Amino acid sequence: MLQISLWKRALIVLLSLAALVYATPNLFYERVERHNDAVLAMAAGQDTPQLRAERSLWPDWAPSYLVNLGLDLRGGAQLLAEVSVTDVYADRIDALWPEVRDLLLAERATVGGVRRMPSDDLGVMRVAVSNPDGLDQALSVVQSLSRPMQTLTGIGQQDLEITLDQGQIRITLSEAERLATDDRTMAQSLEIIRRRVDEVGTREPTILRQGADRILIQVPGIGSADELKALIGTTARLTFNPVIGTTSDAGQTAGLRQVIYPSAEDQGLFYILEQTPVVTGEQLVDAQPAFDQNGRPAVSFRFNPSGARAFGLYTAENIGSPFAIVLDSQVVSAPVIQSSIPGGSGIITGRFSVEESTNLAVLLRAGALPARMTFLEERTIGPELGQDSIDAGKIAALVAMALVLIFMVLSYGMFGVIANVALLFNIAMIFAILSVIGGTLTLPGIAGIVLTIGMAVDANVLIFERIREELRTARGTARAIELGYEKAMSAIVDANITTFITASILFALGSGPVRGFAITLGLGIVTSVFTALFVARLILVTWYERRRPKTITI
Amino acid sequence: MRLKLVPEKTDINFMAPWRITFGLSALLMVLSTVAFFVFGLNFGIDFQGGTSIRIEATQPIDVGTYRDAISPLNLGDVSISEVFDPTYAADQNVATIRIQAMDGEESVSPEVLAQVETALNGVDPTLTFTSVESVGPKVSGELVQEAIIAVIAALGAVLVYIWLRFEWQFALGAVAALVHDILLTIGIFSVIQIKFDLAIIAALLTIVGYSLNDTVVVFDRVRENLIKFKKRALLDVFNLSLNETLSRTLMTSVTTLIALVALFVLGGDVIRGFVFAMIWGVLVGTWSSVYVAAVIVKRLGVRRDWGQGNGDKAGTQFATDP
Repeated sequence: MLQISLWKRALIVLLSLAALVYATPNLFYERVERHNDAVLAMAAGQDTPQLRAERSLWPDWAPSYLVNLGLDLRGGAQLLAEVSVTDVYADRIDALWPEVRDLLLAERATVGGVRRMPSDDLGVMRVAVSNPDGLDQALSVVQSLSRPMQTLTGIGQQDLEITLDQGQIRITLSEAERLATDDRTMAQSLEIIRRRVDEVGTREPTILRQGADRILIQVPGIGSADELKALIGTTARLTFNPVIGTTSDAGQTAGLRQVIYPSAEDQGLFYILEQTPVVTGEQLVDAQPAFDQNGRPAVSFRFNPSGARAFGLYTAENIGSPFAIVLDSQVVSAPVIQSSIPGGSGIITGRFSVEESTNLAVLLRAGALPARMTFLEERTIGPELGQDSIDAGKIAALVAMALVLIFMVLSYGMFGVIANVALLFNIAMIFAILSVIGGTLTLPGIAGIVLTIGMAVDANVLIFERIREELRTARGTARAIELGYEKAMSAIVDANITTFITASILFALGSGPVRGFAITLGLGIVTSVFTALFVARLILVTWYERRRPKTITI
Repeated sequence: MRLKLVPEKTDINFMAPWRITFGLSALLMVLSTVAFFVFGLNFGIDFQGGTSIRIEATQPIDVGTYRDAISPLNLGDVSISEVFDPTYAADQNVATIRIQAMDGEESVSPEVLAQVETALNGVDPTLTFTSVESVGPKVSGELVQEAIIAVIAALGAVLVYIWLRFEWQFALGAVAALVHDILLTIGIFSVIQIKFDLAIIAALLTIVGYSLNDTVVVFDRVRENLIKFKKRALLDVFNLSLNETLSRTLMTSVTTLIALVALFVLGGDVIRGFVFAMIWGVLVGTWSSVYVAAVIVKRLGVRRDWGQGNGDKAGTQFATDP
């Protein structure tokens, strides 16, 4: 009764062969990788004899999926960044001020003079009017600014919270709007980090949002976490602010709606600036590294139409007075306006090296990060250490495999050989699936595979031991084999489901290398059950059909 | 000619010395708990925050001189330890430097790292940093929490699954065995002070998986024999089941151990702690399947009316074979 229908046989053979075919590229890792890189470069329009040579390292028609190597194997850097999402609240509230002022100025007859008052919380705007009787009127006018939320989660709620507080009008973002803003900030940060990392052109970076306000960045092949931090940690927030004066005292208190920023060039020099910028980096459309008249490295930039208009108007009105180019709370330079600049393009000079000006241009082009980031975790793995780990893991896996294969043959003879063939297919399947789904192999992942080698034989051991038992009692060898499979089934299912449960929990709750381990362990369970129940059985049945042995020894 | 780990037919009375074996397990659990509270675990930066630097040099490493070179930097508690491994080349000398988390800093600043590197290069110019890992106290606190949740979630899921597939006595026995394995692993890590990091949590959960695998296979046979031999004494049924599965239990343990030992010896020092945890886990997991899980189920007693007629089929309702 050891029948397996033809289509089932075909399917098992097909799947096993597919596993072999898709696992093969990993044996020629470097060649296939160079081939893949060349294919990508050529798809992007490049074409050199060198690329063609690289491409021909691996045939185009063959599968070229590879297992991704984790940071611990390839070397590279990882950062876990926390985005200060609350930074954005202040910007949003600040942007409201001109509107609030204009609305209230129109009502001057009832409300009197309008002043923006200082506030401890930067996410809150406080506005005072000189006529206390007009306060209610002022409040209702300002409240007209608040709009119903448009997002799905915020339906029925207003975007602003405008109340009376200690005789002043208090304006802040509503809770729902804050949540919506957080989401936008995170999406924007992710996008900008991605653009910055892509500009450097490294291989397969991982940029993931984690939780409410965190971003995980993994860049294989980069020299160190510091390099990565310099690239993505800079906010690159560029503003052009009117200059009020300079001082040498950093502790001096700034006037209302003014800020004091240090000069990037001169130690001990501080600029007093108006807090509201004339134009910002968001209005840039292009930035390129360049040189100024004296041949010093600089960055040239161009504004979009609205930026160009604002910039042109301001420079026309303020000829002769200085204005400051501010980058991340530092005054890069503060030239005096010589003439109106209507074209909307200009040049930033400062004490840059060529490298710095190139980097700054990249950062300006990619856009500013909407909020600051703090780094909670950083890891750098040197490529040599990764290579050592791969080498050690490879040798260990091969030795482990050889020992297990020998042990199985010694214990079960011919049946051991069958189990071994199944084991080899099992390993091929793990690699094939990992390659096709783009899974990542980490060092604990290699340990997971080695553990699978040990445990994969378990299903076959269960079956063989059972067949041994049945041989003592059952009538005939065929019946014994059949009963062996039948009765071992429940133990195999239970044992593997429970292990699979723990692997899933590891995957769901773990992170980084632990997750890599969970993936290989989980995959190993699925493939080992498949190879034991189908591949090994098919071989066994085929052998039995040919030989029809009267007695068998396991 | 076959290699046989156990004779064809065995008749070992596993359950007879249960007072001694179970007592031994209980004693080891208590000792592990004591060790945990007395020695504590040697937490890695994943759980404690701080910075860990791995250095490699072609010249022999002198921990004392390194310490002297770094101490003027005032980095607080710095520990330096040399790492030895048979897989290293002759001129490959490795050490790890551990710097505690700074107050108010989430991760080590590039300036501090540069200072450390300059100071050490002053001692040995051949020295390079092969890896630098830094975890802030904020994240490490969360990682501890996540790890505990992961372990508890795994135990809970297993409890429910076995309860559904068998009976509540089996679920209790299995979970008790798992708690035993986890406690003993934490105990040995406390005693020999191997670094306890995120990877060890993964190892712990794998131990849970492995031990469970073993336990379930034994339980499965007990269930089968309980149905087959309705009249035999519970003790006999347990002993019979354990003897019948003994060959398989040892075969699987040995193959897994062969693979793990190969990895332990040849896999490099980065994962040695992780592999050690798994080897230990396979040993205690195999032990606990018999001497904790089975003993507890035997003590709790099970209903013997399984599989009778159409009435009460408790415990077998989800089984694949009736």
